[in-house]
Amino acid sequence: MTNYLDTPLFGIFLSLIAFQIGMYVNKRTKMAIFSPLVIALIIVISTLNFFHIDYEIFNKGGSIITFFLGPATVILAVPLYKQINRLKDSAVPILIGIIVGSSFSIISVIVLGKMFGLTEVVIKSLVPKATTTAISQELSAQIGGIPAITIAGTMVNGIFGNLMGVYIMKFFKIKDKEAVGVALGTTSHAVGTAKAMELGEVQGGMSSLSISIAGIVTVFLAPILIKLLMG
Amino acid sequence: MRVFKELAIIVGILLFSYVIQQLTKMPVPAPVLGMIILLLSLLLGVVKLEDIELVSRFFLDHLTFLFVPSGVGLMVVWGIIKDQWIIIFLISLLTTILAMGITGITVQLIKGNKGGDK
Repeated sequence: MTNYLDTPLFGIFLSLIAFQIGMYVNKRTKMAIFSPLVIALIIVISTLNFFHIDYEIFNKGGSIITFFLGPATVILAVPLYKQINRLKDSAVPILIGIIVGSSFSIISVIVLGKMFGLTEVVIKSLVPKATTTAISQELSAQIGGIPAITIAGTMVNGIFGNLMGVYIMKFFKIKDKEAVGVALGTTSHAVGTAKAMELGEVQGGMSSLSISIAGIVTVFLAPILIKLLMG
Repeated sequence: MRVFKELAIIVGILLFSYVIQQLTKMPVPAPVLGMIILLLSLLLGVVKLEDIELVSRFFLDHLTFLFVPSGVGLMVVWGIIKDQWIIIFLISLLTTILAMGITGITVQLIKGNKGGDK
């Protein structure tokens, strides 16, 4: 059967169907844990395993979809541009918050990863996980990680931040609206921003702004911190 | 017709970034470099939001779908992480909580010190 599927059409078709089902389930349940991506991944992986189809066959089509991540990442400048005037009032606290948060995220992954004996390639894969998936998986490949592991870590950050963000803010006594938004966007990217938007306009805007800035900051900091702490 | 011009702007920026990245060997992924170039172009007014409206809306609305194939790659690397996945998962949770807390506290503290209102 695999021979007949040896065309890019198969991977593209399976991805489309799986994501469509994921969107449907997500709309019905409205729960962050049932994100369209999580459901689509479960469907595709189960299908490939069940029919014993190799990833390589699937990825003939898959790689065509992945290619479009390049242009999509460039376009992330658009939401950043739309929110950038929010920086006017309190640029310094916001930028320092993002830089401190992104550095802390990278350093804590390296330190804990080493402490618990994770391999170097797994640690490198987890380093960019706080940033939005488009950036995290590109950065992962750049620093010698495995993008698939990075995507899994990125989903944990996003989903957990979305579900638990409000309680984390309470625990750390973070009440300032801008601080809440920056914290959600810096560590839980777009999935956390969805929660920030539920909390309010200031939180949502700040979170959205923080996604891309945290991405850029992480891209520049990650290689330096890896060299310092893992070199 | 417009969509060709819009795509050409985005693909052109990405191509330019790719060439620069190859030439300078800078450790920044070409698409992220492209994002910075597009942001600067928008800020300087070289590119207007309307110039890329259709393409940007399309990509931003359907971004998550593009991660499906890379995510499926997990099945290939599962062998590497299967003995440690619980540790990886717990580290991911813990670092998310701490980084989120530290980020929020930092913003709040600096704003507080400058006497800003809440």
